[in-house]
Amino acid sequence: MSSVLVVLIFAPFAVGIATFFLPVRFSKVVTTVSGASSFVLALVLIPAVTSRSHVAAGSLLRVDALSAVFLTATTFLYGATAVFANGYLDLAKGAAGVRYGRRFYAGLNIFCWSMIAATLVNGLALLWVAIEITTVVSALLVAIDDTDGATEASWKYVLIASLGLGIALFATVIMYYAGTTVFGAAYDLSYTKLLAGAGRFPPDVVRLAFVLAVLGFGTKMGLVPVHTWLPDAHSEAPTPVSALLSGALLAVSFYAILRYFQIAVRTLGPTFPRNVLLIFGIASLLLAALYVLSQRDLKRLLAYSSVEHMGILAIGMSLGAPIAVVGVLLHVLAHAAAKGTAFFGAGSVVRKFGTKDMTKIRGAFSALPWSGPMMVASVLALSAMPPFGLFRSEFLIVLGGLSGPRGVVAVLLVVLVTLAFFGVSWSTTQMMFTQDAQVGSSDNPGSANPAKGEVSTSIVVAMALGLVALVVLGVHPPSQLNHLLNDAARELGSRR
Amino acid sequence: MHSAPTTYAGVADVIAVLVLLTEFAMLRAPLLRSQVRLYMFQSLVVTALAVVVAATRHIDELYVLALLSFALKVVLVPNLVLRLLRDADVDLAGSSVLGVASMTLIAIGVSAFGFFAVGSLHVHSTALPTTALAVAAAVVLVAFVLIILRSDVVSQAIGFFSLENGISVASLVVAAGMPVVVEVAFLFDLLVAVVVFGVIMRVHHGRTKTLSTDELDRLKG
Repeated sequence: MSSVLVVLIFAPFAVGIATFFLPVRFSKVVTTVSGASSFVLALVLIPAVTSRSHVAAGSLLRVDALSAVFLTATTFLYGATAVFANGYLDLAKGAAGVRYGRRFYAGLNIFCWSMIAATLVNGLALLWVAIEITTVVSALLVAIDDTDGATEASWKYVLIASLGLGIALFATVIMYYAGTTVFGAAYDLSYTKLLAGAGRFPPDVVRLAFVLAVLGFGTKMGLVPVHTWLPDAHSEAPTPVSALLSGALLAVSFYAILRYFQIAVRTLGPTFPRNVLLIFGIASLLLAALYVLSQRDLKRLLAYSSVEHMGILAIGMSLGAPIAVVGVLLHVLAHAAAKGTAFFGAGSVVRKFGTKDMTKIRGAFSALPWSGPMMVASVLALSAMPPFGLFRSEFLIVLGGLSGPRGVVAVLLVVLVTLAFFGVSWSTTQMMFTQDAQVGSSDNPGSANPAKGEVSTSIVVAMALGLVALVVLGVHPPSQLNHLLNDAARELGSRR
Repeated sequence: MHSAPTTYAGVADVIAVLVLLTEFAMLRAPLLRSQVRLYMFQSLVVTALAVVVAATRHIDELYVLALLSFALKVVLVPNLVLRLLRDADVDLAGSSVLGVASMTLIAIGVSAFGFFAVGSLHVHSTALPTTALAVAAAVVLVAFVLIILRSDVVSQAIGFFSLENGISVASLVVAAGMPVVVEVAFLFDLLVAVVVFGVIMRVHHGRTKTLSTDELDRLKG
């Protein structure tokens, strides 16, 4: 099994390098194969992880139930996005198109590789290194379109995210110091070691490290008030990159926070870490729910919806009930699938209508016979409608909240999620179902009604993959997966 | 060892204070070029700290780290930025939001906050100069002030690099035993980040013909 880890850590990187030199038509195939096989390998790891508690390769690579959840989410989106990108990319003829295609595919693969690496490495220091690599690679991908908006978004992104990671590095150093009180001056920051000694770390130091880590990695996760780069980067990046940023990168940053959480609950007990996450979670959910109401830009709308879902994750962790933690981990998987599908649909709409402005898009439901309805389904999934996975996960979170001492928080969660649902469904319904009665007139020339028909079959296939995953997660999650989620939730508990 | 500070602790504290003073100097430097030079000096001081730690605590790997950090932070990064400045033919920093005096006052305020906040953690240790840790926290906060109040891409990038210097100081004083492979990975990451910052700064300059961030206000809401 450890060979699987070695393949996962090398193959996507090698593919990334290769796609920089290959012609684009080969890159498309190679990237899709790499994404799909990474996902298969991640699935292969699940039974191994649940039966043996963890799989390791050397001292540097290690997958336990917690990291397997995030690995599965990331690799699923890697494969689905590769399929989507094949249909979405509309390369210019000539040298410029070739250059764009090479950069795009090399960047996409290396971006996915860095996120996979973040879930595979064993230790807080290497985790930080991997997440910093995700930042720099994705910043280049955000800038790749070379428009004014993309330049602005990429500068904000690289600067704000790097500063956040600067704080996270500070957290790493301080956590290292906390460890030196138990292990002596020289040790490695591996999870096993830190978790074993966490009960004896100095509490004040761990408290500082945890808050810095939430603030630092929270910047990448999009927690309010350090989320400001997120809507810009998500809306200006090429749509495949937006899907990865939203579905996978935010989750991987959350994974980093969970690693600190794991240590902090063992040193400090559960109250303090939960309260910290609660504050950030409520702020994120509240602000995102309000911003969602006033969005005109389709991709910004989805970006704020991501902030909302990250808030749900943080709140779910703060509730403390084991069932809520299972819900949080399921939410990570379901959100990856739902947000990926929604962005794929947005990509289809944007390609079809040539604009992201939702007031100029009308009748998308009938103009796109397949991706239109699937886009509506993905939006309903994002709003936690049954039978999709997010319904199950949010149900578990709320259930856990109502059964615990923080029932008020669960009620607040339901209210805010409903508010966000209203915002998201209002604007998408208008865009999808309203026919062009008032728009498309002379004062609005950009919205000429395009002919009926799909942009590309690949986009439809990618969206179908996402919806199938969502239904599976919602209706009947495989028993292996349930097992994995329970194990991961147990790892996050405080076994003191 | 228990009462009076050791030579090592004294040297570490002096160096940390020097780094902080350089950060303040950056805050008032009107020329971008001089800001880069200050960063160069700051990095040199941090490298010196690495050598001191390596010598006094007998951690030989830190010499390698010092060498790498010298090559990267004293030679490579400043020269990359200086070349960008030459190509862009811009020398004056963009006007900052506040005057130098107010900026300095704010910086003094936040650095005092950082110093006392970390100091109040009572990170007691006989072997570690904990004052230097508190000063490092102050450096990080002043770097934030620099980035927030300056409105040009070079100052903001240098602010980020100097923030990293502050964290280097912290890591040298409290986490000197960190495996050298990790430290090298940090430095490598910094290198990649520098390259990406450079690329995006060039793209920005190519599009707007300026290094100022004042025009980056299109995306909001």
